[in-house]
Amino acid sequence: MNSPERSRSFFRFAAPHNFYPLAGRLAPWFGAAAVVLTLVGLWLAFFVAPTDATQGQVYRVIFIHVPAAWMSMFIYLVMALWSAVGLVMNTRLSFVVSQALAPTGAMFCFVALWTGALWGKPTWGAYWVWDARLTSQLLLLFLYFGFIALTRAIEDPRRADRAGAIIALVGAVNVPIIYFSVKWWNTLHQGASVSLTKAPSMAATMLAGMLVMAFAAWAYTLAVVLWRVRPMILERERHAEWVGGVLEREAQIKGGRA
Amino acid sequence: MQWESWSAFWDMGGAAFYVWGSYGLTFALIALELVLVMQRRKEAVTRLLRWRRAVGKDSAKKGGVPAPFVESET
Repeated sequence: MNSPERSRSFFRFAAPHNFYPLAGRLAPWFGAAAVVLTLVGLWLAFFVAPTDATQGQVYRVIFIHVPAAWMSMFIYLVMALWSAVGLVMNTRLSFVVSQALAPTGAMFCFVALWTGALWGKPTWGAYWVWDARLTSQLLLLFLYFGFIALTRAIEDPRRADRAGAIIALVGAVNVPIIYFSVKWWNTLHQGASVSLTKAPSMAATMLAGMLVMAFAAWAYTLAVVLWRVRPMILERERHAEWVGGVLEREAQIKGGRA
Repeated sequence: MQWESWSAFWDMGGAAFYVWGSYGLTFALIALELVLVMQRRKEAVTRLLRWRRAVGKDSAKKGGVPAPFVESET
């Protein structure tokens, strides 16, 4: 068991007035990490990783495609996790975080589909096929859109939170379906190139480039979601005393600039 | 080094459209997302300041009648 002091220090950040400044302090660091990792990743992707023996240069789409696809699935699971925490523990901040994650998850999901189409055309001869992997990934995009549309359409924030949380939890079933689709069904999409149980089926420098790009996507997601969640917290907590203080400071900065 | 010249690099072995189309759209969407997040913050602060002035500090506290406030799109 944790000592009461330790758990208090961790759960402190479940309180919006503690989380708000923490998010503001952390976001720039994640943003900087994302920039550095992206530059290293692009250098590995284009100048270190060798030409693919069978696909030539077009395989370089992988350095965007795979990290984006991983991120789109991972973000949805994190959304579902925070939704569950919100429903069980009744913490308002969890729902807000979940809603701040959705647009970035949808963006990565679209990127995975788009880059997949552009990779599919020269290698399979088609931008799109109704294969199990592609279809379940498209469903994930619709789940993101559904979540975003529903949470925005309902005016009462408490009801919007709960409705969104239910979509997030029910839709999470689709994530393992996407991941294992290449095993369960006979798909045109290739199997996993990287798994925890066997050696990766690609050159070490290719793998390195892909992993660095994946870390860049993580850092970017953390930064942009922390930036997005901050004004959402201010709106939700607008009746609280501390929000007044934050806004007063913002007004001074604005006045100083004008 | 994988490339004999910069033109060979931009040509991507004939796959320029597919490779640059992928990277181009991705970075364009990231730039768009960052712009939208920054705009969203500015709008929220402006609207909240206006709301605070409209309701007055006291009624923003418990017990007062808060003016209707429409949350912006995320």
